Amino acid sequence: MKAKTILIVDDSTAMRTMLTSSIELLDEYRIVEATSGFDALRILPHEKVDLILTDINMPDINGLELISYLRSSPNYRHVPVIIISTEGSRKDIEKGKQIGANEYLVKPFEPARLNELIVAYLTGKATEQPA
Amino acid sequence: MTEKTSADRAKKDFLAEAEEISEQLANELSDLSEGAESGNLNPELLNSIFRGAHSLKGLSGMFGFSHIAELSHNFENLLDCLRLGKVNPDRMVLDVLSETMELLTELIRCLAVDSRVDHAADISACIASISACLEAGDHPGSRISALSGLGLSERVISSLTEYEEHRLQDNLKKGNHIYSIHASFEMMTFDTDLSALTDRLKLCGEVVSTLPGVGENMETHIDFDILFAAPVPAQDLQELLADANVLVSLLHAGHVSAPSSGQAGGVSVLTDSISELTAETIAMTGDADNTPSSAAAFSEPPASLKSMSRTVRVDIGKLDELMNIVGELVLAHTAIAGVATSMSNDGFSRLAVDLGKAAKGLERKITELQSGVMDIRMVPVGQLYEKMSRIVRKISREQGKKVELSFFGADTELDKLIVEEVSDPMMHIIRNAIDHGIELPEVRKELGKGEQGQIRISSYQRGNHVIIEIADDGNGIDVEKVKARALQKGLVSDVSSVSDRDALDFIFLPGFSTSDDVSDISGRGVGMDVVRNNIAAISGIVDIETSRGKGTCFIITLPITLAIIKVLIISCAGRTYAVPITSVLETLLIRPCDIENVERREVIQLREITLPLLRLNRFLGLQSRETTEGTESYVIVVGSAEKRLGIVVDDLIGQQDIVIKPLGDAFKGFRGIAGAADLGDQRTILVLDVTGILNDTRHNGN
Repeated sequence: MKAKTILIVDDSTAMRTMLTSSIELLDEYRIVEATSGFDALRILPHEKVDLILTDINMPDINGLELISYLRSSPNYRHVPVIIISTEGSRKDIEKGKQIGANEYLVKPFEPARLNELIVAYLTGKATEQPA
Repeated sequence: MTEKTSADRAKKDFLAEAEEISEQLANELSDLSEGAESGNLNPELLNSIFRGAHSLKGLSGMFGFSHIAELSHNFENLLDCLRLGKVNPDRMVLDVLSETMELLTELIRCLAVDSRVDHAADISACIASISACLEAGDHPGSRISALSGLGLSERVISSLTEYEEHRLQDNLKKGNHIYSIHASFEMMTFDTDLSALTDRLKLCGEVVSTLPGVGENMETHIDFDILFAAPVPAQDLQELLADANVLVSLLHAGHVSAPSSGQAGGVSVLTDSISELTAETIAMTGDADNTPSSAAAFSEPPASLKSMSRTVRVDIGKLDELMNIVGELVLAHTAIAGVATSMSNDGFSRLAVDLGKAAKGLERKITELQSGVMDIRMVPVGQLYEKMSRIVRKISREQGKKVELSFFGADTELDKLIVEEVSDPMMHIIRNAIDHGIELPEVRKELGKGEQGQIRISSYQRGNHVIIEIADDGNGIDVEKVKARALQKGLVSDVSSVSDRDALDFIFLPGFSTSDDVSDISGRGVGMDVVRNNIAAISGIVDIETSRGKGTCFIITLPITLAIIKVLIISCAGRTYAVPITSVLETLLIRPCDIENVERREVIQLREITLPLLRLNRFLGLQSRETTEGTESYVIVVGSAEKRLGIVVDDLIGQQDIVIKPLGDAFKGFRGIAGAADLGDQRTILVLDVTGILNDTRHNGN
């Protein structure tokens, strides 16, 4: 079976590194990193992405705008999105859920919880996708 | 074991980014408070600081440094309230922000050096003052729901973050026009197209949000809805973007079209930037004509996925290792060249010539390699300048003095290690300049100087040295006072024979201070002796020029690098020593009759100046076979322009590149020896510490 691709969108290098290293079974997944929503837009046409982990507060194009775009595009409508942001952005996280994020994690989170979610979304066990 | 190394690596990763973020934060924060003082709080800068704090918090929480996470969490909170307009940017808030930043920097630094200092009390005090700011400024902001009046689409509203909503409100409050700009770009080139568009927009207003969307040609194009706030009237904006193939619609007409009296300046600046923009627009149109549009798009290279950044962060230790290897290569080459010479002496002439040629080629490549590695280690002195301007702002505020700092030669490059080492001494000199040099504004006015004191830092390269000058226009150093203090301390018995220049040298002695009351700033037990020693440790020299009432200038002379140095090999009493070439001003051949005696010191006359001599064998306490009548000897002239010394040796042997190695703690106390080096033929050589010898002879006589 072909490896699944996870796109990590965060403007902090160390945070991307940390996320990458907290994802288990790395060889089953390919990880692609984007440094902002803008960068993610550049990458999307070139990769078949199966899951997106995104921060909200980013320069240029923020996480909410990215999710809004994904949900309006026939190509990416069904790609699951997990928001990873901080407590201070609680209101923004709520908005994100409303416009179509599947899940959210508040930093700092348990790596085990992230891995559970990844497995659930990539194996299709969590199938309830927003329209 | 692996767990430990992976934890170490995680910490290293954390530190690498945390240091970068905190450095940037500190810079941005001081820019912000400077702007706030003149009543102009830059929202973009504030947001960038908020994002930095946010990253730092997330980062430290993630890596389990809970104390840093807690502090940066509170820091972020205050910044969040500030950027959302819930707290006013008054003096108190700005001070608390900069104090918090200092503490954060300190915490990160402690982590880096594995310091076990407990900062718990500092952290809770800092958090308490943040809470005080939050309580004082707790007005929840008038949440007028003006957004509904703008006719924004549901999609745009639903993807605005809390911050973007606030920016929109703020712009409405300021009376700016709000525009929606719709653009459709080709998938292949949208990144550059979008950046070009937003860059143009940012020149005359604020890009509030950028929402990507799916347009009509969803396979080939990507659409953007940009929310833009600006004081520019609709017509001008339309004209400005006429060629950009975008749809501009005015969502809300502000009331800034007629410039109010106070804004006249701002408007003229704006018109300037617009005319600039138009010029750029024309250039862009020209470009567009040359590139056939969608039809030929497939022939263009696909947008690259590579990272935009072309820099690599490298641990300085790795560069040191690399430099060591280069140094050993240099030695290996010397050995090969030596073999070639002895082969030719032994009669293998043809082979010797070939080997000599090969060695020459090797030498060229090693030289290239060496200068390549050297280049990597070089950083611009400008890096220091940013640190210095923060310090100046902080101290001058504390002291109630007005100081303007100006910089010259920020591009001058120095070895990274030297830049690190010179930063503390520079800081101390600047503290002194503000503390003791620059007068209070009232005093300056009386003296007919500008209220604002000037500190000028300039750096430039001179030969193999970089000179950093720190000059202030304060009251200068009172040389008479220095002499009096020297007399009082028993350093001299008769001040009349001490020249002003020699008197200034007393300042560098441990525990010497002319200031009657030790201040909070410079009087923390670190004196100018530490400044001189720190600079000497990196083979630098510090000089002072001062003029009563006009100011003081500190001149720091530094070698460009410490890694590989060229030395002059000399012999003295049958032993060989190395002298760094960068310290050697010139060499002379003298006869015994050239030497005169002045005040029990040996001197020679060199081009109308009197050059004091130092016999190296006596200085090092070597058995002398010296000064047999009539023998010539060599003099190596060392020192800075003002203070020179001639070191008398028996012979000059030659020049060589060496890598200096420290002697270790056991031999630390040796006078005049900086270290040892391998000569490449299994011989080692001691390297003379010229700065140490100079300092020694300045005060003790010969």
